[in-house]
Amino acid sequence: MQPADERLRGSPPMRFVDSGGRLAMLAFVVALLAIPIVAPPFWVTLGNYIGLYSIVALGLVLLTGVAGQTSFGQAAFVGLGAYTTAFLTTHYGASPWLSLPVGLALTLVVALALGFITLRMQGHYLPLATIAWGISLYFLFGNLEWLGGHTGMTGIPALSLAGFDLKDERHFYVLIWTITLAALWATGNLLDSRPGRALRALKGGLEMAEAFGVDSARLKIIAFVYAALLACISGWLYAHLQRFINPTPFDLRQGIEYLFMAVVGGAGSVWGAIIGATLITVLKQILQDVLPGILGRAGNFEIVVFGVLMILLLQFARNGVWPFVARLLPRRKPAPVPDAPLLPTRERARDAARPLLEVQRARKAFGGLVAVNDLTFDIRNGEILGLIGPNGAGKSTTFALISGAQPLTAGAILFRGESIGSREPYKIARLGIGRTFQHVRLLPQMSVLDNVALGAYLRGTAGVARSALRLDRHEEACTRAVAARQIARVGLGEHTFDDAGSLPLGKQRIVEIARALAADPSLLLLDEPAAGLRYLEKQALADQLRSLKGEGMTILLVEHDMEFVMGLTDRLIVMDFGEKLAEGSPEAIQRDPRVLEAYLGGVA
Amino acid sequence: MDLSIAAFLTQDGVTNGAIYALLALALVLVFTVTRIIWIPSGEFVAYGTLTLAGLQLGKPPGTIGLLVAVAIVAAVVETIATARRGEWRRLPRRLVAWLGIPLAVAAIVWWAAPLSLPLPVQVALTLAAVTTLGPLLYRIVYQPIADASVLVLLIVSVALHFALTGLGLWFFGAEGSRTPAFTEASFQAGQLTFSAQALFVVAASAVLIGALYLFFGRMLYGKALRATAVNRIGARLVGISPSFAGALTFALASLLCAFCGVLIGPITTVYYDSGFLISLKGFVGAIIGGLVSYPLAAAGAVLVGLLEAFSSFWASAFKEVIVFTLIIPVLLWRSLTTHHHEEDE
Amino acid sequence: MKSRSLQAAFAAALFTMFVPAAMADITIGVTLSATGPAASLGIPEKNTIELLPATVGGEKIKWIVLDDGSDTTRAVTNTRKLISEDKVDVVIGSTVTPNSLAMVDVVAEAETPMISMAASARIVDPTNPKTKWVFKVPQNDSLMADAIAVHMKANGVKTLGYIGFNDAYGESWLAEIKRSAQTAGINVVADEKYNRNDASVTGQVLKLVAANPDAILIGASGTPAATPQKELVARRYKGKIYQTHGVANPDFLRVCGADCNGTLLPIGPMLVYEQLPDSNPIKKVAGEYITKYEAKYGKDSRTTFGGHAWDPFMLLSKAVPEALKKAKPGTREFRAALRDALENTTVVGTHGVFVMSPQDHNGLDNRARVMIRIDNGKWVLAK
Repeated sequence: MQPADERLRGSPPMRFVDSGGRLAMLAFVVALLAIPIVAPPFWVTLGNYIGLYSIVALGLVLLTGVAGQTSFGQAAFVGLGAYTTAFLTTHYGASPWLSLPVGLALTLVVALALGFITLRMQGHYLPLATIAWGISLYFLFGNLEWLGGHTGMTGIPALSLAGFDLKDERHFYVLIWTITLAALWATGNLLDSRPGRALRALKGGLEMAEAFGVDSARLKIIAFVYAALLACISGWLYAHLQRFINPTPFDLRQGIEYLFMAVVGGAGSVWGAIIGATLITVLKQILQDVLPGILGRAGNFEIVVFGVLMILLLQFARNGVWPFVARLLPRRKPAPVPDAPLLPTRERARDAARPLLEVQRARKAFGGLVAVNDLTFDIRNGEILGLIGPNGAGKSTTFALISGAQPLTAGAILFRGESIGSREPYKIARLGIGRTFQHVRLLPQMSVLDNVALGAYLRGTAGVARSALRLDRHEEACTRAVAARQIARVGLGEHTFDDAGSLPLGKQRIVEIARALAADPSLLLLDEPAAGLRYLEKQALADQLRSLKGEGMTILLVEHDMEFVMGLTDRLIVMDFGEKLAEGSPEAIQRDPRVLEAYLGGVA
Repeated sequence: MDLSIAAFLTQDGVTNGAIYALLALALVLVFTVTRIIWIPSGEFVAYGTLTLAGLQLGKPPGTIGLLVAVAIVAAVVETIATARRGEWRRLPRRLVAWLGIPLAVAAIVWWAAPLSLPLPVQVALTLAAVTTLGPLLYRIVYQPIADASVLVLLIVSVALHFALTGLGLWFFGAEGSRTPAFTEASFQAGQLTFSAQALFVVAASAVLIGALYLFFGRMLYGKALRATAVNRIGARLVGISPSFAGALTFALASLLCAFCGVLIGPITTVYYDSGFLISLKGFVGAIIGGLVSYPLAAAGAVLVGLLEAFSSFWASAFKEVIVFTLIIPVLLWRSLTTHHHEEDE
Repeated sequence: MKSRSLQAAFAAALFTMFVPAAMADITIGVTLSATGPAASLGIPEKNTIELLPATVGGEKIKWIVLDDGSDTTRAVTNTRKLISEDKVDVVIGSTVTPNSLAMVDVVAEAETPMISMAASARIVDPTNPKTKWVFKVPQNDSLMADAIAVHMKANGVKTLGYIGFNDAYGESWLAEIKRSAQTAGINVVADEKYNRNDASVTGQVLKLVAANPDAILIGASGTPAATPQKELVARRYKGKIYQTHGVANPDFLRVCGADCNGTLLPIGPMLVYEQLPDSNPIKKVAGEYITKYEAKYGKDSRTTFGGHAWDPFMLLSKAVPEALKKAKPGTREFRAALRDALENTTVVGTHGVFVMSPQDHNGLDNRARVMIRIDNGKWVLAK
């Protein structure tokens, strides 16, 4: 175990989550506290609403900005929280502090139910589903007499804390912003942790995330529930602030506005939520004050000007306002990789007699097209096996079958004697098979360290609750140490803190390998790793792979590049038309007439 | 409920469904070429009806004011872009396209407004005015960010929807309007009465579905347009201009929406903010079609229309709840049966 | 950009904080729904406010008019702003019931009188101690519903069907008509809901026609109220059709056209003021208002909603001089005095004769309604 002496330089990148000086944070909190004391009372009013909207927007940053699930229906969850507390406190005289957990429980149940149904939908179906249940819930609220119907519920009692009634707006301000800051802290923690990496990975493509053991369905539902719970809290606060509710604040229009706030503020960062909520609320007020003077009272132009301004803003700042603000703040140096013990390694049953991977008469058919036909081969421990063949031979399909991206039509694939033939990719990853991708699937705006740390996902256990409460620091330190070690192992130590997207393609492919290694695999599957590399990069890659083999790694290599493959592999399998054409050492293959015929159409 | 009531409801559902289908077509059209989820399509429908209503009353509709303003902005933007690339020789032609034509259309409509011309002429003028608006808005709002993510394009669409709705209130007032039918004829079939106008809407939808399906599925130019959504740079490399594709698509889609507005004016009252709900239901239909298939999108839209008609009979207070709750399983089914191809954001 | 404008706003706020309030201007804040679903009610109100005088009781008025877009949260925010930033002496608003209900708490805490332009009697519910600060000028829906029930009973109607908006207005009317009908011995046999923007109401109308009531009441406002009416006529419904006072604007007549002939509705007398006898005091006040309104906005542009924005001023013109005797504008005492004065005001408005009292903060009686009929696109007093 090498000491993690990686006190590395490298240009400090603009990390999404925590690029802000301590000083800026302090200034923010001071300004927040100053408002109820020195600013005009109306600023407190606005500040209250901004806080309420920020809480909802924070959930959206997690759900939409990071996990990529567009939701227009958050306002309905706000409504659930508000109506629960309104109903319980007015009809049953319950204490608001009791109706909060009830509301959260109800929201949890509804969110789980809705999440299970709608999160299965991919692509564009999801936003529409959120619109659908947003509208449904709105009309449900409005048509139930015992919820006050469209006219609403009056007489909601004020919150009281230790006998002290929170009626004054300024007192409520303190409560709202305490909760908002807590949500900010928790969400920020969450993003900067193991589940946070996994959530970010969802945007890089489900195939990639699942390959590293991320249970994407479960994670999406967790993000969804988290956002719903935050919205519920916001609704609870709203009901006790205004002490009157009716359905209109919980309609689709408001749901759209929450999403607006998150995107305009910068949906990739928790600060974006606060900025978006502030910007939009304040802008609307300014327009209301200023426009009648300029354009006369003839019409209502606030919404028009608002729309135009938003269009202009998004044209110049696609990722929202936050990245601009972040550039103004002093850059925080990235936390150096901690001197921490590594994560426990996997046990490796070294059964030298038995092949590591056995493909037995594997067959894959897409409708009438048979892509892989009765393919049989083994991969032995500690060897580098190359899988080659002309275009359309079925190499990629075979790769997909082994990695679990495609299910088998017939036959079996055994890994250490266990059948992995139609298992899900994340289960296969768990068994100790790591992979890279034909088209590099890194998260370009995350650092190399974070990308590689994703590879160690399966070796960690920190869940959402632990991460949000920042109780995962030890495991996180170990994970980062592991990642740093793999990065050093593949020779990219100087780029540890760089954004992955800033590296040239050759180095990105090596980062992918480091990521696969971070999972501590027994078998490494490489999908055309040399594609698009220049000569020297290929040399470096080949050296890298040889050194891995020297450390005992088993590698399956799917490749087109003959020169690369011949000098590197121990054995070769040649495929053509979905079948195994030939098998043997590189020298034997080079001389095999069938192979020459398949590739070149005849002996040269 | 007896058979005759069911027949009435089906007729109503299919007619409304045809309206939503026209919008679904426009939405699928715009999305397949530009990846924009075009929420303001509803506003174009409302503008179509209300512009015609304005002409009917002899007043120049506010639409032409917007047309002039947007044309001027587009001309400025286009001039700056041309200056940056130093393509001065191309500028006059571009100005004619982006400034000259819209101004000419606006002028003609303004001149013709008080003249009480026959209905077909007024319809043509309405279509001209609203259709010209489409590509202009594309040029100034979407083209600068044409390669942004789908989410950002969606949010921009929402912002544009806010702006157009607000302008609609200013131009047309808060109260709704109806427009005269092309023909007052109606046919009897048993107990059912079919108004010619309603039949026209259904027929128009069917014809347009077929045409769009053929164009995008079978014809080279249509496929070229689809290519620009998949890969802008690739499309440019093979000689397809993504900006032209985008502008053309918006022109087609605006024409579709304006036409829809003119068709539905006689059968329902249209308000400055009617557009959003109609486009939402069209969106449901489009999504059921996976945002790629025209026939499925139309079928989905008709499904929404039927659900609406029947649930407004069964439980009118909960009509929205029923329609939108029942949509969810349909979406789930569609989502599971489509082979989902991951998009690179 | 953000910080500079905030600095400017901060500076402006500081400035206003230190300017002595003894400029003796009365500040009247208005929040109304000039956009959003209630725009057809709010726009005539806004138009009317612009016609109101610039002085009252010898003092200059500073008018501040804000739009709340038919949204509750915005109405509350506007109210808070008017009270804390603009230091208004009285708030007029809002246009719709939910907004007004939400504002009650705010004005009660700030001890500022409020005059609402919304319909529900709940706004001034005497059992709620906070409503001591709240007044309303439109006729209670119950007053109008009773007029309809009385008319129906007199015309032998035994069964009633209802179709109304799926919102606060439609909901409130359904509750009221159920109550009034029950008192008059009429059975409500069907009730349906629809949305403002619905393209068609075939399902609802079919159900109503199948129930075949003697009369149908449409609980909607503005031109959307024409949609079920036209459908009912197309389905050859033969019974009486009643509308509510929410349709009293010229656009409704335009869209409904011939399908509305013979429709009956209760209305504030101002709409047909020319047809009132000269002895009716409302005729003069309504006439003044409508002449002014139509001079600026066009002939026949009158709506009853505009009247709801004129009447608060009638009340204030009586109450402000009283309050001025006790305190200066801009002070807490003035607002309390204004409230007391309003509570004891009797004045003729455009909609009726207001007799305010501590138990009744609406103050209208049967003089505030008449039944009218639509005849060939005109409002005609029904006998």
